[in-house]
Amino acid sequence: MEKILEVQNLQTSFFTESGEVRAVDGISFDLYKGKTVGIVGESGCGKSVTSLSIMRLIPSPPGKIVGGKILYAGKNLLDLSIGQMRKIRGNEISMIFQEPMTSLNPVFTIGNQLMEAILLHQDLSKSGARDKAVEMLKLVGIPSPEKRIQDYPHQLSGGMRQRVMIAMALSCNPQILVADEPTTALDVTIQAQILELLRELQEKVGMAIMLITHDLGVVAETAHEVVVMYAGKVVERATAEEIFKNPKHPYTQGLLNSIPVLSKDPTGKIKKTRLEPIPGIVPNLFDLPKGCRFQERCKYVEDRCRGVEPELRELVPGHWVRCVKAEAGDSAMAVTVSRG
Amino acid sequence: MAEVNNQKEVLISVRNLVKRFPIKGGILGREVASVKAVSDVSFNIFRGETLGLVGESGCGKSTLGRCILRLIEPTSGEVVYKGKDILKLPASDMRKLRRSMQIIFQDPFASLNPRMTIEDILGEPLDIHELAPTKADRRKRINHLLDLVGLRKESVSRYPHEFSGGQRQRICIARALAVEPEFIVCDEPVSALDVSIQAQIVNLLQDLQSELKLTYLFIAHDLKVVEHISTRVAVMYLGKVVEYAEADELYSHPTHPYTKALLSAIPIPDPNYRKDRIILQGDVPSPISPPRGCYFHPRCPIAQENCKQEFPPLIGVRPGHQHESACYYAKEGPLVRTVK
Repeated sequence: MEKILEVQNLQTSFFTESGEVRAVDGISFDLYKGKTVGIVGESGCGKSVTSLSIMRLIPSPPGKIVGGKILYAGKNLLDLSIGQMRKIRGNEISMIFQEPMTSLNPVFTIGNQLMEAILLHQDLSKSGARDKAVEMLKLVGIPSPEKRIQDYPHQLSGGMRQRVMIAMALSCNPQILVADEPTTALDVTIQAQILELLRELQEKVGMAIMLITHDLGVVAETAHEVVVMYAGKVVERATAEEIFKNPKHPYTQGLLNSIPVLSKDPTGKIKKTRLEPIPGIVPNLFDLPKGCRFQERCKYVEDRCRGVEPELRELVPGHWVRCVKAEAGDSAMAVTVSRG
Repeated sequence: MAEVNNQKEVLISVRNLVKRFPIKGGILGREVASVKAVSDVSFNIFRGETLGLVGESGCGKSTLGRCILRLIEPTSGEVVYKGKDILKLPASDMRKLRRSMQIIFQDPFASLNPRMTIEDILGEPLDIHELAPTKADRRKRINHLLDLVGLRKESVSRYPHEFSGGQRQRICIARALAVEPEFIVCDEPVSALDVSIQAQIVNLLQDLQSELKLTYLFIAHDLKVVEHISTRVAVMYLGKVVEYAEADELYSHPTHPYTKALLSAIPIPDPNYRKDRIILQGDVPSPISPPRGCYFHPRCPIAQENCKQEFPPLIGVRPGHQHESACYYAKEGPLVRTVK
């Protein structure tokens, strides 16, 4: 597998009146060509800040990348000048945002917005860029693209707008696509269309995808590797298969247990009469507990979890966990996901 | 439709409910068209059950919920509550009746007044319906409400912004419970919450239901949550109920092509599971000018000539089950002509 992007110990903080908030506190992961990494976590865990850091789009002030490296093609993206970064952004690394309604400019036609990126990064004439824009719309499955190119965003439905966003992101054949909750604002049937489209395009173009989502179902269907984040830190990292079969961190287990199971679940799980939520709420980043950040919500908490923060350990090759109690082998802690 | 059940008491009967929103245009401001948000919907809600209402955005499920409470005035039809058509009641009687019928909204951030303390928020319905004659009574009832939804007594003097999303939704639930209702419309109560918190709220709603003998109309687009909490489920598409059955029955033996597509689009949290997904083509048509015949036919993989002529009636399928479907070709099993 060819490594395309390496995130090493990334730290992004926001400096507010009440002090420093470490939104992303030392996270590391890699992206490989043609593969998808899913970043999972709840609101405020730092997953979107991670993606914005990679794009160097953190609003500064108050935000600042205070440490770490983002290595792409031998360069550290954090060392690049604004001009150099601009050449990469939208060209080699591009991004799709959650809200297709708010991330398109309402006063320009979609053709105009598509051509902007193409003209900026590619050596094409205006008519050439226009042809390319039509081609991209066709690629993402928009019917009669020659006509649609003259439409304004409000004339399109949510799913169509997200397709336009994807077309825009892919128009310069990026090596890396950062997709921040690309289907969260969409309905299930449209979500299925968009995920299918991303999968097809990945096969065709071979780009690496970093998919940020809170939906474990979406991750299971698209990601090859999964990074679970909690309060700014990676708490578990493994292949998708391993994470879902053998979740080791109590938080990952808790997330999996909170989802209702269908009565006729095709994978043979047994329907629960009662959901098992994770008690409590995400800790305040200003006032983190000493030691493990999950301790207040964890049902396996012990004295040794308080005081010193656990390291991210490699339990078995490729499976990293930040929990002192996690052990290799099948379910050291009772994994309560029932399987038929 | 739904015949009167002898064992169960019908609490609310919705009959041929229609809601059209006029679109005014031209210099005279005449009605030029209308959005058919709810067209000819009928169903019963039995005492003590949860009726789940699913469908994609814009299918009219929220409008329907609000029409039942007369928060939106329906265009025509009947809503019979304990034998009385509430649509004919004068405003003053309706106001009294609202004690028995309450609603919980989707967005706990927008549905609480930021300038009111929790005591004000929970005390207001008590004052309006004169349920707490003395100050001590009022305090006692508010404390009891907080206890019911699992919030601390000290919360009374705090403001909504001091609470997390899940806690705010608990406040909204407490507010709805303040007047001791029998029936609550839950309009996407967990959609804005994180997965681990969703499970907390779903459990709370279930506990309250059994403790206080509540009846719910549970509106959501998350099919897994709806199955988990509902006794029966109605599927809506473009203002019409297209399928209606007991939850287990509907999820294990869907007969309408739209229901099948919806169910197949649910992402399953298991990477090893690859299913034959029915990917629907296109988007939901505009409710301003729905297609002729069955509203679903332009996207339906098995549509035939007669589907384009007339909307199929909601009729019983699968004898022995209370299961109704609005499709000429309603049957179990895979769709015969699946679209790639």
